[in-house]
Amino acid sequence: MSTSPALALPFDETRRRGGFWNAILSSDRPRSKVLSAILLAILLLLAATPFLFSGSQPLSTAAKICVFVVLVASYDLLLGYSGIVSFAHTMFFGIGGYGIAIALERLGPTWGSAAVGLAAALGLSAVLAVAIGLLSLRVRAIFFSMITLAVASAAAVLASQLSDVTGGEDGLSFQLPPALRPAFRLLSEPLFGTPVNGRLIAYYLVFSVSLVVFLVLLRIVNSPFGRVLQAIRENEFRAEALGYRVVAYRTAASVISALAATVAGALMALWLRYNGPDTTLSFSIMIDILLMVVIGGMGTMYGAVVGAALFVLAQSYLQVLMAAGSAALAGLPILPNLIHPDRWLLWLGALFVISVYAFPGGIVGRLRQAGQ
Amino acid sequence: MSDMTADTAAVELPRARTDWLPLLLVPALGLLALPFVGSPSTWVTLTVAGLAMGMMIFLMASGLTLVFGLMDIINFGHGVFISLGAYATLLVLGPLAGWATADSLGLNLALLLLCILVAMAVTGVVGAVFERVIVRPVYGSHLKQILVTMGGLIVAEQLIHAIWGASPIPIPLPQSLRGAFVVGDIVMERYRVVAVAIGLLVFVGMQLLLNRTRLGLLIRAGVENPEMVEALGYRIRRLFVSVFIAGSALAGLGGVMWAFYRQTLTAGMGMEVMVLVFIVIIIGGLGSVGGCFVGSILVALVANYVGFIEPKLALISNILVMALVLIWRPQGLFPVARR
Repeated sequence: MSTSPALALPFDETRRRGGFWNAILSSDRPRSKVLSAILLAILLLLAATPFLFSGSQPLSTAAKICVFVVLVASYDLLLGYSGIVSFAHTMFFGIGGYGIAIALERLGPTWGSAAVGLAAALGLSAVLAVAIGLLSLRVRAIFFSMITLAVASAAAVLASQLSDVTGGEDGLSFQLPPALRPAFRLLSEPLFGTPVNGRLIAYYLVFSVSLVVFLVLLRIVNSPFGRVLQAIRENEFRAEALGYRVVAYRTAASVISALAATVAGALMALWLRYNGPDTTLSFSIMIDILLMVVIGGMGTMYGAVVGAALFVLAQSYLQVLMAAGSAALAGLPILPNLIHPDRWLLWLGALFVISVYAFPGGIVGRLRQAGQ
Repeated sequence: MSDMTADTAAVELPRARTDWLPLLLVPALGLLALPFVGSPSTWVTLTVAGLAMGMMIFLMASGLTLVFGLMDIINFGHGVFISLGAYATLLVLGPLAGWATADSLGLNLALLLLCILVAMAVTGVVGAVFERVIVRPVYGSHLKQILVTMGGLIVAEQLIHAIWGASPIPIPLPQSLRGAFVVGDIVMERYRVVAVAIGLLVFVGMQLLLNRTRLGLLIRAGVENPEMVEALGYRIRRLFVSVFIAGSALAGLGGVMWAFYRQTLTAGMGMEVMVLVFIVIIIGGLGSVGGCFVGSILVALVANYVGFIEPKLALISNILVMALVLIWRPQGLFPVARR
């Protein structure tokens, strides 16, 4: 029943015909012209940001988008594909950040110490993800949410209290390996008017690692393993009856997702040359991730790209717009408060609630529907 | 089947057996901590402080567990009702500021009571709206419930910011509730004693309501088997909504107590304490009010003892307690039968 030829044939057919793009995108194409255009635009803009815009603000925004694409995509693997709500995702994000920060600060600014830090962080994340999964995934999915919330908050408190190791509330600032410092010059002449320095190399490091991890995640959700996760999400009981060990699959999904989040955290720390509770561990980042994944589109992977890009841009530029609106409405009661620039989260929150009800597929699902 | 009914009709109905083991945990924990703490007077101080903390956690958690037990709804936005209840005290403290500074126990307690009533009214009304707008469309799907109530939390927290401003607001404790009773070496903060009293009152009230009244009977039956209650002609929906409102009002009550304890208001204060609340209801068994009570006291006592004996460990003591309880009883101390 599961491998009827009618289903298998067109799949192979498209794979054979699609060639290059299908190989890259694991045969999971955007399936909407508008969406393809948006994704291509995001990709090209991110790739060319250093040459298109001057100044550090656009470059930082672009780097943040890259990191959050990975973070949100890895969360989508859990939420959208496996149907598990975890609140510990920032914990793994933070472990990655602290791994890099502590290693570079203690062992000196070399590539070797960055590798040691990343390896240690990945190991810790994997162990923690297995432990949490085995403790809570076997009972009831709802336990998992609450337990991850408790564990994540304990981790945040721990990180801010163990100030000898983590720098406490102040976090850790550290030196990067020489090749990533702004003073480093790869070419003596500027390229297209942009100096090719360590900052540029750091940006392209973040960009390319993010791209690769995203494509790997896309590959994973379209593998047989990913199909089993979706089957479990749709009907846990039936998947179990078919002989799949639900707890093992779910735990594996949460480990993969945790590892990707750890990598994202490491990239974040590398880019900021700093790591602290507010940049990687705080609960507000967890809420940001939730907003991005739901507004972008759960269970689509591309939703992570759209959601992260939209959210980070809104975070940086929506406030300007709202300030203008708020000033225009000055004098009225309460209304100016509602569109005060600090209340931007209110509107994204409302959009989030509406998304869950009206378009569970988020922006990506909506675009795909419109395309059909 | 017919034999069975004949049998049970003949003999008296079997009484539900009380599960004593988890109840014994609390005194056992206290006795265990005594030698580590050392002096008995410190121990009493710690225990009373822990009990008060436990009562406040219980007040905040009881609504959540009740709602979950009856409606199978997990409300991640519960924390916002705690914050809202706390902010609602401003409605009373604003016009009646004189009552707070007056050096009269009667006036001060009346003020506290008034704060509680107003907060419960406000959170009850908002709870009814929240149930209608946010929760009702997603009955039956835990995943969506978690997401949507989180969304509701974000929006409501931002609305609190929009209405009352984003900066923390200090609220002073009424004059005669400040300070502490000192009996020999034992120090008991007055406010904590009041918190214990209110917590106990609410717990006993809830137990009486649930176990001794017709409404309680219906609620308990609804937890066991909602379809059957509906088939017997009761409007289970109306029951659900009123329990949701009651749960929100209880969160508001807990919010007032918590606000006076912290003496500062922030919109995020509810969400901060939600971590403890979740730990408590997991320990107690989702849906069990008694379990929630025992769990609250257990968590608070452990936090207090451990904080005194080994402060570094206190940060993760809650998690350790939860892990131990879940290893012992994966469904919590008092598992609720149906789920």
